[in-house]
Amino acid sequence: MKKNLPILIALVALLVLGVTRYEHFLSAYNVTSFWRYNSMFLLISIGMAFVIITGGIDLSVGTVAALASVVSALASPHGALAGVLAGSLAGLAVGVLNGLVITHMRILPFIVTLATSLGAHGLALLLGHNDAVAISSDMNFAAFGQGDFLGMPIPGIVCAAVAVIGWIALRSSRFGRHALAIGGSEEASRLMGLNVDRTLVFVYAVSGLLAGIAGAILAAQFGAGQPNEGVGWELFAISAVVLGGTRLTGGDGSIAMTIAGVALLGLVFNLLNFENGLGFISLSAYWQSVIRGLFLLLVIVLQARVLGGGKVVKVAR
Amino acid sequence: MIDDTQRAAPIVQAPVKKKRGIAIQREIAVLIAMIVFNLIFTQHFLSLQTFNVNLTQVVTIVIVGIGMTLVVATGGIDLSVGASMAIAGALAPMLFMNIDGPLGILLAFTLPIIAAAACGVFNGFLVTRLHVQPIVATLVLFIAGRGIAQVVTDGSLQAFNNSTFQWIALGKVAGVPFQILLMLALVAIFTWIVRKTLFGKYLLVTGGNEDAAYLSGIPTARVKMIAYTVCAALAGLAGLISISVNSSSDANVVGLGVELDAIAAVAVGGTALTGGKAYITGTLIGALIIQLLRYTLLAHGIPDAAALVLKAAIIIAAVYVQRKRG
Amino acid sequence: MAQTPLLDMQDIDIAFGGVAALKRARLTVTAGEVHALIGQNGAGKSTLIKILTGAYRKSAGTVRFDGREVDFRTPKDAREAGISTIYQEINLVPFRSVAENIFLGREPRRFGLIDWKTAQRRAADLLESFGLRIDVKKPVREYSTAIQQMVALARAVSSDAKMVIMDESTSSLDEREVELLFTVVRRLRDDGRAVIFVSHRLDELYALCDRVTVMRDGQTVAESTMQEMDKLKLVTTMLGRTLAAVVHEDSAVKEANLAKRGPVALSAQGLAAGAKVTDVSLDVHAGEAVGLAGLLGSGRTETMRLLFGADRPAKGALSVGGESATFRSPKDAIARGVAYLTEDRKAEGIVPELSVRDNLTLVCLPALTKRGVVDVAKQREIVDGFIESLGIKLRSPDQPIRELSGGNQQKVLLARWLATHPRLLLLDEPTRGIDVGAKADVAKIVRELRDAGLAVLLSASELEELTAVADRAVVIRDGETVAQLDGAQMNEAAIMDAIAYGGGAESTLAEAVEEAKHDR
Repeated sequence: MKKNLPILIALVALLVLGVTRYEHFLSAYNVTSFWRYNSMFLLISIGMAFVIITGGIDLSVGTVAALASVVSALASPHGALAGVLAGSLAGLAVGVLNGLVITHMRILPFIVTLATSLGAHGLALLLGHNDAVAISSDMNFAAFGQGDFLGMPIPGIVCAAVAVIGWIALRSSRFGRHALAIGGSEEASRLMGLNVDRTLVFVYAVSGLLAGIAGAILAAQFGAGQPNEGVGWELFAISAVVLGGTRLTGGDGSIAMTIAGVALLGLVFNLLNFENGLGFISLSAYWQSVIRGLFLLLVIVLQARVLGGGKVVKVAR
Repeated sequence: MIDDTQRAAPIVQAPVKKKRGIAIQREIAVLIAMIVFNLIFTQHFLSLQTFNVNLTQVVTIVIVGIGMTLVVATGGIDLSVGASMAIAGALAPMLFMNIDGPLGILLAFTLPIIAAAACGVFNGFLVTRLHVQPIVATLVLFIAGRGIAQVVTDGSLQAFNNSTFQWIALGKVAGVPFQILLMLALVAIFTWIVRKTLFGKYLLVTGGNEDAAYLSGIPTARVKMIAYTVCAALAGLAGLISISVNSSSDANVVGLGVELDAIAAVAVGGTALTGGKAYITGTLIGALIIQLLRYTLLAHGIPDAAALVLKAAIIIAAVYVQRKRG
Repeated sequence: MAQTPLLDMQDIDIAFGGVAALKRARLTVTAGEVHALIGQNGAGKSTLIKILTGAYRKSAGTVRFDGREVDFRTPKDAREAGISTIYQEINLVPFRSVAENIFLGREPRRFGLIDWKTAQRRAADLLESFGLRIDVKKPVREYSTAIQQMVALARAVSSDAKMVIMDESTSSLDEREVELLFTVVRRLRDDGRAVIFVSHRLDELYALCDRVTVMRDGQTVAESTMQEMDKLKLVTTMLGRTLAAVVHEDSAVKEANLAKRGPVALSAQGLAAGAKVTDVSLDVHAGEAVGLAGLLGSGRTETMRLLFGADRPAKGALSVGGESATFRSPKDAIARGVAYLTEDRKAEGIVPELSVRDNLTLVCLPALTKRGVVDVAKQREIVDGFIESLGIKLRSPDQPIRELSGGNQQKVLLARWLATHPRLLLLDEPTRGIDVGAKADVAKIVRELRDAGLAVLLSASELEELTAVADRAVVIRDGETVAQLDGAQMNEAAIMDAIAYGGGAESTLAEAVEEAKHDR
């Protein structure tokens, strides 16, 4: 619990700042649009959390989301369901590919997902002919990204559901517990008879699937599949997971704290917009990256102290 | 129990092979094959212009790649090189456009590189003092560094026309652009450093077996710090070349994606990403292979995007082959 | 009642790199018994067990388990057949709770999700039947090694293992914990399971086990009930020599060596650090070779690391060459003339991809450097010199060191340190994992160095080698130096005695040694 304190304090501090300083911070509009926009990031961050818990990493989530956005845009003329499914499946396919190459060719996750991120980007450009792909003007698919249900944004509902499922899975499913065990000690897990390879493939498949869904939301929300979007998303996800206290070496993690991490990073952006709106200072959006970087640095430094260093693991295992 | 395990270690009967040259030979063979292919099938391939175009495309990647090779040799990675490029690229015009004469040019070369080197010191500090994993440590500047450059320039483009400053990229010596010569010189210098100097040996040992290095009295922290600093400084230099080529500096764009390109060049060039090796020449060849691939595809009408997919496949293949061999 | 054995291993052969590790080894265990498997380090016990559990594949022989012939290819197969192993290095997942570790892979479920309440309850009940009441929700790593052993055992019990192998499980336990563990083992036996118990502690074996199999040099040399094998017979069977012969060896020579030794090169008083080193005091003189004897896990490596500055002591004093020394890192120790050849050459010794030349000159490199550039000619000279004087067999000094055999790699590492002209050489298991010829070479080299005036501290778990090379022995037990043996006492039996019971304890072994001396 001690290690969660810094981020929770930061989160509360930002929330208090927002509530007290900006009139419309708590407005329905701000809350729902914040939720809607960040749902994509929450999805990939949850996927990333599982991957990092096993001691791995997935650098392809950003470009896979872009690829999925193109695929779902292309499929959208066949209906909303087709669009969503197509995008999700595209992400799932890449995820499974990642998992299989990592477990069977025994190449580091860092390198494999780096390569697939390049490949996915290329594929997205090829499919979109180097351009954004507009979604079908049939309103159905757009509603998936832009619509509401019972007053809540649909993407928000999707990501909330995923968050709940993820939380339960990590706590009480074999898949989740085995992922934790593998990250804690792959050798002990193997000796205990766990099917390590299968769990790993699953984990990357899940990460890919969630990136795929995020991509579908991206296309639906912004009206077009965008091959060049998604740059830097994986780093957002990694930051959110690290901010949430999960160690990059794996073995331990929390979905709830990852959500806090996403909220924190998202709030930085949100508050900056408000601050600019006030007109006192004009902080360009570029400050956003600086501030996010600073938060990450803060958390890293604190973790280094609190956790006493931990394992020194290089890029290799 | 441990004794039996060690007895089990196979005694590798190595086939008779020339030193470490075989690794380079494989990459050179691939490169030559690609050149031959193009000679046969691509029009206008054998011309000075093609030569210059291909090589200038790789200059920034190779220079960054040299630094990346050093960092990778210590078992680390540097994701912030693009940010270092952007910072250097943002600072330089501010200096030579506001300070006249040779002083301005001098400062425009030295201060940005020093600023970039400072980024390297920052990375090195996180890695060696706080024992943060290199990915995470360099992630900070990856996220924030470009932002700093963007804030300082307010995201706007700085266009300029300063032939003295830009000579580093646009100047020619005997028909060959100076930047190419600079790149080749740097490759030669760092190859020599890795092979012949104490630092070079210490670099390889730090990455090859850090415990053994520590127990042999090697100052591993200092070695890593130097590696990260040099890497960032080289990236800064690459940033200066990049803006010179474009006659403009846009903090949003300078060095975007260079870290991936550099890592790819390093991997394809035969340097193991796990550390302990540093094939500087390999990085040059790796970058050339990737560039030639792109060129070959473009020359034959295949969309650039396909090159990305192929690049991905090459990286996997190169690393897989390395694992099998090593 | 003639019972078919639960486990019957016959004529097992296996070789590594051309060197036979097991020759027609045998092991027979029946259900409902606790079976002791003993032998010196390197006798083959671990190899035999690894073949049984599927970690290695035998090249010849048969294994019958539970009525069928089996050939386990992976540890998973062995486990599914009902064989559970508790290793000395606990194989549990440290961050996960006790309950989770016990049931990992077989978690009780309700509606598809893990039923934590049931898992925790069952885990707590199981441990309580062992006499252990702990919070099963806490992470395993927060508990002592002894408790972790019990958790590992609980896992074996809960998975209905038919046979449990316990490999040196008691090395780091105190008396009370050992008794606790034994209660569990006896319960396993009474339940009809079989337990194979590997240990060096002879008194424990007599207290717990029903039958015993003794191994030596890769062969099974004795199988009998515990009662039919008295302690003396056990030790002599293990060592392969009569006690008289063991006692007689070389003691005169060793006493002469001791008389020739020079001034104190290293002196340690009351060193302590962490859990592994509690109270170590010893000294080493120039011109003598001191053997550091103790079980695996007794703190020998940790002690050497303290002497070398690789770790910092929490308490105690160290002096080198008569002057006090505080080493903040190995660099300081190296500057004072201390050298350390590590135990695990793969993990801490060789830089695998680098050439033999670079590996050999690694520590003395600064001395060969002028203005940052390495003097290749000087380097070559030194390397060629050592290749010759130590008899290193290799194709070329430029080949990667990983291509050399274990013995030759060890020689390169030894040369690495000798090139620094040290005054004190710390050798941690210098002959581990290398072939017989290289072992003899290394022993000879060490003796020559000692004769030339070097101070040598040498740690070896194979007592035969230790007594062959060293002039006197310091015995370390659970991080504490408990005995110093020299002269007539410098023999394997006395050292084993001290390892098991500490100095000054009475035992039949000590008496037997005295008798043997009089009989001579």
